[in-house]
Amino acid sequence: MPRSRIAVRPDEVLFRVGTGIFASILVVGVLAIGFELYRQSRLSIHEFGWQFWQTDTWDPVSGQFGARPFIWGTLYSSILAIVISTPIALGIAIYISELAPAWLSTPLVFLTELLAAIPSIVYGLWGVFVLVPAVRQLQAATPAALKSLPFFTGPPLGIGMLSAALILAIMIIPFSSSIAREVLRAVPQAQREGAYALGATRWEAIRMALFYARTGIVGAVMLGFGRALGETMAVTMVIGNTPRISWSLFAPQHTMSAVIANEFSEATSDLYLHSLIEIGLVLFVITLIINVISRLFIWSMGRQRRTRPRAEPVLKAAA
Amino acid sequence: MIRDRYRRLLSHVVMGLCGLAVLVALVPLALILFYVLSQGLSSLNWSFLVDMPRPVGEPGGGMANAIVGSLYVVAIGALFAVPVGIMSGVYAAEYAGTRFAEAVRFAADTLNGVPSIVIGVFAYGIAVLPFRQFSAMAGGVALGIMMIPLIMRTTEELLRLVPGSLKEGALALGATRARAVFTVVLPAALPGIMTGVLLALARISGETAPLLFTALNNQYFSTDLRQPISTLTVQVYTYANSPYEDWHRQAWAGALVLVTIVLTCSLLARAATARMSRLHRGA
Repeated sequence: MPRSRIAVRPDEVLFRVGTGIFASILVVGVLAIGFELYRQSRLSIHEFGWQFWQTDTWDPVSGQFGARPFIWGTLYSSILAIVISTPIALGIAIYISELAPAWLSTPLVFLTELLAAIPSIVYGLWGVFVLVPAVRQLQAATPAALKSLPFFTGPPLGIGMLSAALILAIMIIPFSSSIAREVLRAVPQAQREGAYALGATRWEAIRMALFYARTGIVGAVMLGFGRALGETMAVTMVIGNTPRISWSLFAPQHTMSAVIANEFSEATSDLYLHSLIEIGLVLFVITLIINVISRLFIWSMGRQRRTRPRAEPVLKAAA
Repeated sequence: MIRDRYRRLLSHVVMGLCGLAVLVALVPLALILFYVLSQGLSSLNWSFLVDMPRPVGEPGGGMANAIVGSLYVVAIGALFAVPVGIMSGVYAAEYAGTRFAEAVRFAADTLNGVPSIVIGVFAYGIAVLPFRQFSAMAGGVALGIMMIPLIMRTTEELLRLVPGSLKEGALALGATRARAVFTVVLPAALPGIMTGVLLALARISGETAPLLFTALNNQYFSTDLRQPISTLTVQVYTYANSPYEDWHRQAWAGALVLVTIVLTCSLLARAATARMSRLHRGA
């Protein structure tokens, strides 16, 4: 937008400064979060240093705090969720942007974004009473041959890594798919026409578009990953909240956000509280980095057509 | 020839898989809505909405305090998030392209991606620790922080949709920039902004994690800003984790109320946007 040429007058300055103060609240807010989390976790940072992230013992009674199992659980569950959700999210994005007739695509967009609107606690409730029993039956029916693999050891509890990954996957589908859809829309039509002119089939033309949009699509997947890392309620209700490192999908495990949610209001000592907040600080830094990188990817894609994909699926309906 | 047929077949297969992906995503949506509806409807009754929780073993009772508490905490959040969100949105739209506006937009996107549990920890640090007291206020602060970037981005997007000629007209008549924005541009975008605010409220009212250790919970009816307060989402969480059948039913009823709120707001917003775009096209 070209800057309008208005002589600088006092009220113009007042307007700019006035709205600017409100705007700076956002910038200050983000910095304040980082600072405050650091300030409230310095006890454990000084006490344990890097050791905090390299040990496995989480024993509040004896004052031993090692956070490795939580990092493991957060990364493992989120990566599994990405593996499950990415093909589905991409499929939806392709279907809606390339294949579906106009009368179908609008309601489909609405429905997939409804998935993003359902509160996390409702996912958790559904997970505990519907998904977990189903997963338990699946686990009980796992053939013995598979159970010797490290991925399928342990009793069929239903509660555990698999349930958490499944519920996370469902929750992040709308995020990845809506961004992937925007990114695909930003691919110039000439790309596809060129492919068709060379005799490509429909899939081959779409594959070209996907290749053209690859940075944006990686960004879309990473944005979903960032969401999965921070998701709390639904995960804590189904993952079993047991701090341990295991490859097994059947094993109850724990995540960074879940341990904060579970133990924060019971943290009796300052060191305990600071340890929990340090986990929060690291979660903040990780999601920050993931978000920044994914937005750079998505932006660089949108720039090519001078449109910026909007990010928030829930709010999309408003614009 | 065979290769051509293979390519065409592959194309059809992949297209089919994409359609399948849509169905795969819609199945959990349908299942969740089905369970919330069927389980929730059988336990939702008038008493759930107007009665207080009863002790374990005593059947009946409701979540009146939690419903009021949720409204209360969301209202506190909105009270400071709406002005901050709208004003910063005005700044970002008016001064788009400046470095600071870019920074603000970037901060909004960043804030939006911060896990809600981290926002809860932050709110605990700034609104619980200094007063040594869990409070409705602290819960409101946590929710407000989450609301700001949502409202700011909607405001910004919608202000940009207002035709530039409107503002130019006002400026040409000698209005100052502030006057042009507040009396011409902002009112033109207001219905859309209201819709965005409504959606943000709906989304935020479903949050649990930021309230766990800010608003905490309260088994009594409270509207005291300085006291812990019960909220619908935390109550559903507490009940779902309990071993009692009766409380599980209450949790489902609570979930139904939550989903109803979110769905109603989404549909209303949708209807409003459809109407607006029709108006725009007609104009």
